[in-house]
Amino acid sequence: MKELYDLMITHMPDAGGHFGRFGGKFAAETLMQPLQSLQDAFFTAWQDPAFHAERFDLLEHYVGRATPLYHAKRLSEENHGAQIWLKREDLTHTGAHKINNTIGQGLLAKRMGKKRVIAETGAGQHGVATATVAAMFGMDCDVYMGREDMARQAPNVFRMQLLGANVIPVDGGTATLKDALNEALRDWVASCENTFYIIGTVAGPHPYPLMVRQFHAVIGQEAKAQSLMQAGRLPDIAVACVGGGSNAMGLFHAFRDTSVRLVAVEAAGHGLETGQHAASLAKGRAGILHGNLTYLLENDEGQIKATHSISAGLDYPGVGPELASMHEAGDIELTSASDDQAIAAFQTLTRCEGIIPALESSHALAAGMRLAATMKPEEIVMINLSGRGDKDINTVMNILEKED
Amino acid sequence: MANNLLDQVFSRCRNENRAALVGYLTAGDPNISDSTLLLHHLAIHADIIEIGMPFSDPMADGAVIQAASERALASGCTLADVFSLTQSVRRQHPDVGIVLMGYANTPYSIGFESFAAQAADAGANGVLLVDIPPEECGICREAFQQHQLKQIFLLSPTSSEDRIQRVIEVASGFIYYVALTGVTGAELGETSVIKARVEILRQRTSIPICVGFGIKTVEKAHEIACFSDGVVIGSAFVSIVTASDTKLFDASDPLLKIACNMRSAMKRPKK
Repeated sequence: MKELYDLMITHMPDAGGHFGRFGGKFAAETLMQPLQSLQDAFFTAWQDPAFHAERFDLLEHYVGRATPLYHAKRLSEENHGAQIWLKREDLTHTGAHKINNTIGQGLLAKRMGKKRVIAETGAGQHGVATATVAAMFGMDCDVYMGREDMARQAPNVFRMQLLGANVIPVDGGTATLKDALNEALRDWVASCENTFYIIGTVAGPHPYPLMVRQFHAVIGQEAKAQSLMQAGRLPDIAVACVGGGSNAMGLFHAFRDTSVRLVAVEAAGHGLETGQHAASLAKGRAGILHGNLTYLLENDEGQIKATHSISAGLDYPGVGPELASMHEAGDIELTSASDDQAIAAFQTLTRCEGIIPALESSHALAAGMRLAATMKPEEIVMINLSGRGDKDINTVMNILEKED
Repeated sequence: MANNLLDQVFSRCRNENRAALVGYLTAGDPNISDSTLLLHHLAIHADIIEIGMPFSDPMADGAVIQAASERALASGCTLADVFSLTQSVRRQHPDVGIVLMGYANTPYSIGFESFAAQAADAGANGVLLVDIPPEECGICREAFQQHQLKQIFLLSPTSSEDRIQRVIEVASGFIYYVALTGVTGAELGETSVIKARVEILRQRTSIPICVGFGIKTVEKAHEIACFSDGVVIGSAFVSIVTASDTKLFDASDPLLKIACNMRSAMKRPKK
């Protein structure tokens, strides 16, 4: 399995963590030293074969990598047009791509001698992946979660608790992911001596965007090799949903500098024109939040707006700085899927293929199917199925019952 | 004159053998008219006032100042209001130092140049942006210098030798030493530890050093005044507004009283 992976770091940010004008280290002074220590630890570990040996061993035997690349033939037929291939991150241990990153950061925490990890979570997938790794490494774990998200994702709250994590409700602001991140930062400011903060997406101050991308790059590296092996060629398009952007960067990174078109799908919520969405790239502008300069949904005076998406994992007013940079450079194509379109794609995949996707991934599916329908049967659309939908069953049930 | 006002404040305090009282309140908390009066009251006793610019995501602040930010935003406080509050204080208190404090996204959203011009015009003397460390100050430094605004930076117990040097190279007005590794209003550690750190900084720079975060009592304020150039009181003042239940007559008297006591605590014993 290891031969699939490329450890060369390409597309490095500058020394200060800037991707073009985005990124950086916009953090309070108290965090600057811990961030430097983390950066040093990350680069040292990345040069150390022992680190990767342990990481790949866990990715293979604990996470279950490599995940399959699956040609969804029935879905492709029903949808007409191009072939749809799914990168099955939903089959990883804990049911979403998030664990690729928590394994990496968990190992770093261990190397740095930290006894406690903290995390923020929206949909709960990153929280579960963090709690899982903490249980395996025998570390204390506190997960910050907006109270609103705790209600939407109750099963994941219970899973984290079963795993021995303490889930701390966050009431400030909009009581969602961004506020959980604020609260985790406040914790870390006071606890950085013994605590490792496992950020769940390709955002935050340097080195997080780079580090999280590197830990997720296995997704695209596998998918690229698998596509060559199984389809005999690279896909024409690679599609991923974007909240903060971790699964998107994970898939896209290996396909940069190739002919593959990279399509980022943002959450259009009730519709881009309603203002109730989470489409930071499409509707936001550059600003500074959570340690980095990136695209944000904000008002004229820089106050961060409340976002809306049916999927808690996409319900974030910012996006990773590297994606902001790629967006401005024209390296990615941007589209979106609404709540309704995501629900429809959720049902279609479930019925056509017997795969229940996460609502986050359903956004990528909706957009991927839409694109595939306009393409030729010999063309390939690769969609990152970033997570499974078990956690969303209640949300979907409530919506479908209302429709009846 | 305005560009040297912070320097003048510190030299005045030095001559009077006391530390400067630096008082923080969030602009627009609990609403704009009450906030105006509270800031005027604070300016009677404080040598420098920090006017907090409310932000939706105050990551470095504890519960008390977070709530103040939320009240201010709920009352509709805009950046224009922050500037007009600043101007109003400046008119009545020509000698008080005024520092606008907040998060980078506020000035970034209207552009640093426009922000600096308006801040200077309103009578501010300095700006402290919590999430702009020296590494990132290139995006605003020129605009602030252009308008004679001092840029205040933080140092913390976790700052290494390298970082101290970096901050000293770019800081002006004063250095804000964060006395604890935590958010505003958390529990403070041993005074002797803080003193030792401040003395290390003093050997490195002549820029005045103010100490803040977590200083709640008059006793603690006095202890710190004995070895620092200034003591920052934030959460302790904001708590009075919190407790006032938004009725002004409740907040202004206790604020005056505690500000007066804190001011007395700045006096150092005669040598």
